[in-house]
Amino acid sequence: MNTFAGSIRSRGVTRRDFMKFASVMTAALALPVRYTGRIARALASAARPTVIWLEFQDCAGDSESFLRSSHPTAGQAVLDLIDLAYHETIMAPAGAAAEKNLRDAMERARGKYIVIVEGSIPTAAGGAYCTIGGRSAVQILEEVASGAAALIAVGTCASFGGLPAAAPNPTGAMGVRDLVKNKPVLNLPGCSVNGVNLAATITHYLTFSELPATDQLGRPLFAYGQRIHDTCPRRSHFDAGRFVKEWGDAGHRQGWCLYQMGCKGPKAMHNCAAVGWNDGTSWPIEAGHPCIACTEPGFWDGSTPFYRWMGESLLPTPHRPARPQGSLGIGLGAGAAAAAAAAGTAVLIRQRKAGAARPDSGAGDPGSEGE
Amino acid sequence: MARLVIDPVTRIEGHLRIEAQVANGHVREAWASGTMFRGLELILQGRDPRDAWLFTQRICNVCTMVHALASVRAVEDALGVKPPPLAVLIRNLITAFQYVQDHVVHFYHLHALDWVDITSALKADPADAAALAGSISDWPENSAQQFKDVQDKLKAFVASGMLGIYANGYWGHPAYKLPPAANLMAVAHYLQALDWQKEVIKAHAVLGGKNPLLQTFLVGGMAIPVDPSSPWALNADRLALLRSLAAKGKEFVEKVYIPDLLAVASFYKDWAGLGEGTKNFLTCGELPLDPSGDPRSFAFPSGVILDRNLSSVQPFRQEKVTEQVARSWYHYTAGEARAFHPWEGETIPRYSGPKPPYEHLDVESKYSWLKAPRYDGHPMEVGPLARVLVAYASGTKRIKELVDLVLTKLDAPPAALFSTLGRTAARGIETLYMAELIPTLLDQLTAAMKSGDTKTHAGRMWDPSEWPKEARGAGFHEAPRGALGHWVLIEDGKISRYQCVVPTTWNASPRDWAGTPGPYEAALAGTPVADEAKPIEILRTIHSFDPCIACAVHVLDARGTPVSVVEAV
Repeated sequence: MNTFAGSIRSRGVTRRDFMKFASVMTAALALPVRYTGRIARALASAARPTVIWLEFQDCAGDSESFLRSSHPTAGQAVLDLIDLAYHETIMAPAGAAAEKNLRDAMERARGKYIVIVEGSIPTAAGGAYCTIGGRSAVQILEEVASGAAALIAVGTCASFGGLPAAAPNPTGAMGVRDLVKNKPVLNLPGCSVNGVNLAATITHYLTFSELPATDQLGRPLFAYGQRIHDTCPRRSHFDAGRFVKEWGDAGHRQGWCLYQMGCKGPKAMHNCAAVGWNDGTSWPIEAGHPCIACTEPGFWDGSTPFYRWMGESLLPTPHRPARPQGSLGIGLGAGAAAAAAAAGTAVLIRQRKAGAARPDSGAGDPGSEGE
Repeated sequence: MARLVIDPVTRIEGHLRIEAQVANGHVREAWASGTMFRGLELILQGRDPRDAWLFTQRICNVCTMVHALASVRAVEDALGVKPPPLAVLIRNLITAFQYVQDHVVHFYHLHALDWVDITSALKADPADAAALAGSISDWPENSAQQFKDVQDKLKAFVASGMLGIYANGYWGHPAYKLPPAANLMAVAHYLQALDWQKEVIKAHAVLGGKNPLLQTFLVGGMAIPVDPSSPWALNADRLALLRSLAAKGKEFVEKVYIPDLLAVASFYKDWAGLGEGTKNFLTCGELPLDPSGDPRSFAFPSGVILDRNLSSVQPFRQEKVTEQVARSWYHYTAGEARAFHPWEGETIPRYSGPKPPYEHLDVESKYSWLKAPRYDGHPMEVGPLARVLVAYASGTKRIKELVDLVLTKLDAPPAALFSTLGRTAARGIETLYMAELIPTLLDQLTAAMKSGDTKTHAGRMWDPSEWPKEARGAGFHEAPRGALGHWVLIEDGKISRYQCVVPTTWNASPRDWAGTPGPYEAALAGTPVADEAKPIEILRTIHSFDPCIACAVHVLDARGTPVSVVEAV
C-alpha cells in the first residue's frame, strides 16, 4: 500500500497517465520500448526509498533543476515516489528539528537509503569553509555516507569539485568520489544537472534495484554516452563549413554552427540535444549560445576562455574527414540521424547502443584543443 | 543563559545560522552568520572578463540570472559599450519572468509553512475550503472535489508514516492562526504552485536555452537570435509561446497568489507590528523602459530612504557603498576598523571561529563569512519592501495604487509596511506589477521585430584588441531579493579585481566595527518566541527577507596576495 502506484491511485492518476510516465522514463533511460512494462511494474510495487539530499558548497541550481522536473514532477517525487527525508531548501523544520529528520532517516533506513549530494566539499581550514549545525561538510558527509546504500552526486561541483575547485581552488573543494571510497557513487554532472536525468536515474534504481551502467567517470551511459557535437542539430552546418562569425549575423539567425564562437560541444558528453531542457522547450545551442562542456571534469579551467574556439584542426576540409579518427568518437551516421529526430525514442535506443559499444568513452578524450 | 541556535535555517538558499538571546519569551539580541565560503575571488582573477558572467551566475541559482546580468553590465560599463535596444528588451523580459516565478515559489514553498499548518488541513471540510476560496477568487481549480482530492492525498501520505520533508515541522504550534479551511486551501495552492512554476519559467528556456542557469548573456548583448523568418531564432511561434506563458503567470498571480496573500495576512495582522529592521532602504533601480538610462525612470526607480522618511528619497550613489570586516572572518591589511569601496576592497579569508563541530559561535568577536556592507555608513535593507517603498515615495503610479489597495483590504496604515508582514506584502505587490508589465514588454518586442530589428548584439568591443589597457566599471541589477552591484577592474584584457555587493549581504550583514547590527539582526530584536524548541516566529521574520546565503558569501575581490590563514582551528 505504501507504494508509488498505491499513492498515485489515491490521487486519481489514471493508468494511462501512469503508463505515459513509465514510457517517458523508458525513453529518458535510453531503453528499448519493451522495457516500459517492466518499469511500470517496478514503479508500481516499489516502496518509496528514503533519500537524504545534502547541500554543501552549492548554488541550489541542482535543487532548482529537480523542481523543474516533469516526469515525475517535484510534487510527485516528494509525495509519491521517494521518501525525501532531508532537503534544506524545501523542508519544513529548521535547526534542531531539521537535524532530527536527518538522524531519524539514517536510523530508519540504515544501509538502504540513498544520499544525493549537491555542491562540492571544502577540505581546507579544518572544515570551516562550510558548516551546518556546527558540523563541517566533511564530518556530515562521512557520517551520512557510512549508512548509505549508494550516493548520487548531482551537478558538476559534487561530481568533480566544479566551480569552487577551479584554479586555484582556495577552499580545497572536492567532489564526493574524492572523499567517499567505500560506497557506490554515481556522478550526474552538469551545471546544473538536468532534472530529467536525475529522475531517470532514480527510476532506473527503482526498476532494476541497481545503479545504471556508467563510464569511467561514474556517469550513466544513458545520459552521458554520447557527444554533444555528434548529436547536435547544427552538425550539418559544421560538416558543410557554415559557421556563425558574429553574434546576430545571418548565420547565427539561421542556426549555423557555433564552433567558431567558442562552442565546446566536441568535448562534451551529454544528452542535451536528445532530451532538451524544461520539458524539451530548448537547450543552449538551440537558443544560440555555444556549449560550455559543463559535464566535464575541470571544465572551468579546461573550457575557458569560453569564447575562444577549439581551433582549425577539427574543421572539415575537402581533404580531411570531418572527424579525426578516434578523437571524436561515435559514428557520423548515428549523429546525423540523431540530429534529425532529436527527441524520439528510436534515437535514444540508438544512443544507448552507441554508448554501450564504447563503455570507456568520456572526458578523458577531449578531442583536439587546437590552441 | 544559553543562546538559542537555529542552524540550518531551512527553506532558504544556502547556509545560514541564527543565534539569539531569548529572555521572557522575546528575542533580546540576535546574530546572523553565513557559514559557507567558496573563495571565488581568486578563481576569477586573470580570467577573460567576457567569461565572468558564467562564473558569477553560479554564485546562486534560485534566481538564476541576476549575477549574469549584473556582470555583463559591469563589464559593458568598463568597456563603454551599450547593448542594443532589442537586447535590453530581452533582458527586461527575462528579469520580469524571474520575479514572477521566484516570488511565487518563495511565498508558497519557502515562506507559507511559517503561516500554514498542514496538519490542520487534514481536519478541514473541503466544502468550507471551496466556499472560502470562491469568496476571494474565481480561480477554476478551487472546487470542493479538488480540495478533497488534495486532502485524501495528504491523508494517504500521513498514513504511510513517512512524512519526508514535512516531518518534525512545528505543526500545532499556537502561533498558527488559520482555520482548517484556509489551511487546506493554501496546501492545495502550494501543490498547484509547484507545478505552475516549472511551466511559467519555460520563458527562460525560450529566451536563454534553459532554466535554471540560462546560457544566453553576452557582454554587449544577448545570444538568442531574433528573426521572424527563421526557425532557429525568436520568431512569431516563440513569441506566441511567451505570450501564453505570460498569461499563465499573470492569471495565477491575480487569482491565487494575491488572494491567498491577503487572506493569510488578515489572520496575522499582529505581524504588521513586528520585525521592522533598520528603517533604511536602498534600491539601485531596475527595468530600463526608455533609452534615457536614468535609473530614476526605471520600472522600479532607484533611491535611498533613511530612517523611514518617505518624504525624502535620496538618489542612490554607488560611491557611497562600502564594506567592513570587523565582525567577519576576513582580514584587512589596513586595519579592522576600516571601510572600503568595492573598487578598493580586499578579501583575505581568516577563519577565527570555533573548530567544528561546535555548539556556539563567539558572537562577541568575528562570527560570519558575510562582510558588513554599509551605505554612507548605514546598514540598509534591500529587496521588495525597499523597491516598493522607494517607488511609492517616488510616485510610481501603479505601485501606489497597489499599495493603497492592499492597505485598504487589510485595514492597515502605511506604517504597517515597516514590518515582517509588510515585507511579505510588498513581494506580492511587485509580483503583480511585474506580471502586468510582461505583456507590455512583449508588445514592445513584437513591434521591434515587425520593424525589422534583428540586432541583438552591439558588435563593437567584443574583440579584446579594441579594449583599453585599463578599465573599470560597475553594473547594477535589482534581483528579486534586492539591490545587487558588481564592480570590475580590467587590466591587459584580464580581470584584475572583481567585487559583488549582494542583496543578502546587505540584509544578513553582521555587526560592523561600531557594533551596529544588520537588518536581520535588528528585525529579530523583540520577536516573541513562545517555545524555544520551535522558534517559528524567528523563521517568519527571517523568511520575510527571502535569504540567499550563497549570494551573500560571494567574495569576488581579486587584488592582493591570496592569504588563507586559519586561526584557532
